[in-house]
Amino acid sequence: MAMTLSEKIFASHLRDEPFPGTKVLSLDVVLCHEITTPIAVNDLVARGKDRVFDPSKIKVVIDHVTPAKDTKTALQGKILRDWSRRQGIRDFFDIGRNGVCHALFPEQGFIRPGYTVIMGDSHTCTHGAFGAFAAGVGTTDLEVGILKGVCAFREPKTIRVNVMGTAPEGVFAKDIILRIIKELTVKGATDCVVEFHGDVVRGLSMEGRMTLCNMAIEAGGTSGVCMPDEVTVDYLWPFIAADYRDKKAALADFRKWWSDEGCEYVKALDIDVSNLAPQVTYGYKPDEVKDAAELAGTAVDQVYIGSCTNGRLEDLRVAASYLKGRKIADTVRGIVSPATPKVFRDADEEGIIRIFMDAGFCVTNPTCGACLGMSNGVLAPGEVCASTTNRNFNGRMGKGGMVHLMSPATAAVTAIEGSIADPRKFAKGGR
Amino acid sequence: MKTFGGKVLFLDRSDINTDEIIPAKYLTEISKEALKPHMLEDLKIEGFDPCDPGLHEARVIVTKANFGCGSSREHAPWVFEINDINVVIASSFARIFRQNMFNCGMLAIELPEEAIDRLFKHKGTNANASLSVDFNNNRIAIESDKGSESFAYSLSAFDKALVEAGGWVEFADSKY
Repeated sequence: MAMTLSEKIFASHLRDEPFPGTKVLSLDVVLCHEITTPIAVNDLVARGKDRVFDPSKIKVVIDHVTPAKDTKTALQGKILRDWSRRQGIRDFFDIGRNGVCHALFPEQGFIRPGYTVIMGDSHTCTHGAFGAFAAGVGTTDLEVGILKGVCAFREPKTIRVNVMGTAPEGVFAKDIILRIIKELTVKGATDCVVEFHGDVVRGLSMEGRMTLCNMAIEAGGTSGVCMPDEVTVDYLWPFIAADYRDKKAALADFRKWWSDEGCEYVKALDIDVSNLAPQVTYGYKPDEVKDAAELAGTAVDQVYIGSCTNGRLEDLRVAASYLKGRKIADTVRGIVSPATPKVFRDADEEGIIRIFMDAGFCVTNPTCGACLGMSNGVLAPGEVCASTTNRNFNGRMGKGGMVHLMSPATAAVTAIEGSIADPRKFAKGGR
Repeated sequence: MKTFGGKVLFLDRSDINTDEIIPAKYLTEISKEALKPHMLEDLKIEGFDPCDPGLHEARVIVTKANFGCGSSREHAPWVFEINDINVVIASSFARIFRQNMFNCGMLAIELPEEAIDRLFKHKGTNANASLSVDFNNNRIAIESDKGSESFAYSLSAFDKALVEAGGWVEFADSKY
């Protein structure tokens, strides 16, 4: 029978079906951060079940508030740190090695095609870019995952999104996914996996594919998914070279996860990006999206470049290509958070960090930062932020603040203008 | 098993997200008790006052589509649980929120839009609507000064088992 990628993963990982339609899957990786994990750890301790199913399959990072800002966040970090040591979890990323979970864990080679991945974080869907089934879960699912290595799901249906055409200059993966969310709406993919297909997707780097999959949850999707191909093999090669004779063999192995010809989709969506303009959100929901030009002139107080959506090297490189030789507006506070130490180091070596600083940006350490208003970069009531993040919910970046979501290119030119601007009107690199 | 039913809080909007239910700045708390005063603090509905003391008398929420979208934070069901709200009734839920409710042994009941509209008819300034849940027979009944009516709902066998077990940890621990 023809199967989708996620159906294949469900079939190969099925541990139990306690009731019709309820699939308990065995997990390949359980990812943890300091916001949702400590309560699970404390509960396990309280239940006298302070154990983990397999310390080698648990990956842990402190990323949301780092360095700790107060006693409470210091305690969250301490609970995670003590637990990782106690349980012999070797892949624990503390300050100095830490970065945004959905950028750091793929960079470490932890995510592979065909894997089942959970994390107490809704943007876990990012990891589907590798051809994995990756789902955000709550603390209770996480707790059982840590203890038993299983998680229960209603088997999702699959939506096929076909991205065709040629993306014009100034249009990036972020613009494409914002447009897709506009089409699907914030609930259009609930209980569904969103598969991204088409020449445009095949032409994206892993970074671009992660940007697409990252925001599948903003349409309600369980996981975003891309078919693992040569790009996936190249990205993972440093981690898998010992497992395969050559890249061709790895590709052949990865291909077994591809959705079959004739498999069942609950919905199909074709997007032609040839005439797509840079996209920007305007309201409090990520499906409230317009062309950047329609919002041009909207003054902003802050520009934030970073997060699990758009804080990777490619994102910083694109923003820097517009910022080079230019200054951001006097009225704007520019903040950039490279997503991982490797991104920071590589950006530094390429001269990108210098470009940001010369333009007037503040460069923070790798962290989730301003995205969810938990640590730095919080807005005052009435302030507006142009942001490369994933959510524009009311209060997301601070009570009474307004967030416009956009690509790194649009954010960069918005910083220069001091108001929302269309990157197609800007030449790259002033000097 | 938890107790279900009581005074109804009507939230007349779709797509209420978990940031509105409990803002991220409170996710530094590591006890449910500390979340208690912050329920629905950033909820954007015309005329809604998160400081209304009456809020804490509610035991049931009735709302529209895609309730609990956004972040995976289980703090959203927890802030309801710690305020003795163990039932949310909506025309649809975001997946993670819905699962989190059942994982905590709480009820997320989906009803067709027309049934939700009928429930909303009991919303009024002094309606004081009260809702009871007959868990064994899969029925809810609402009563207000506008009258009373009841509705059947359906739950999957798994969801029902989670509520009966008191949550997913209890269920999984006895089985896996």
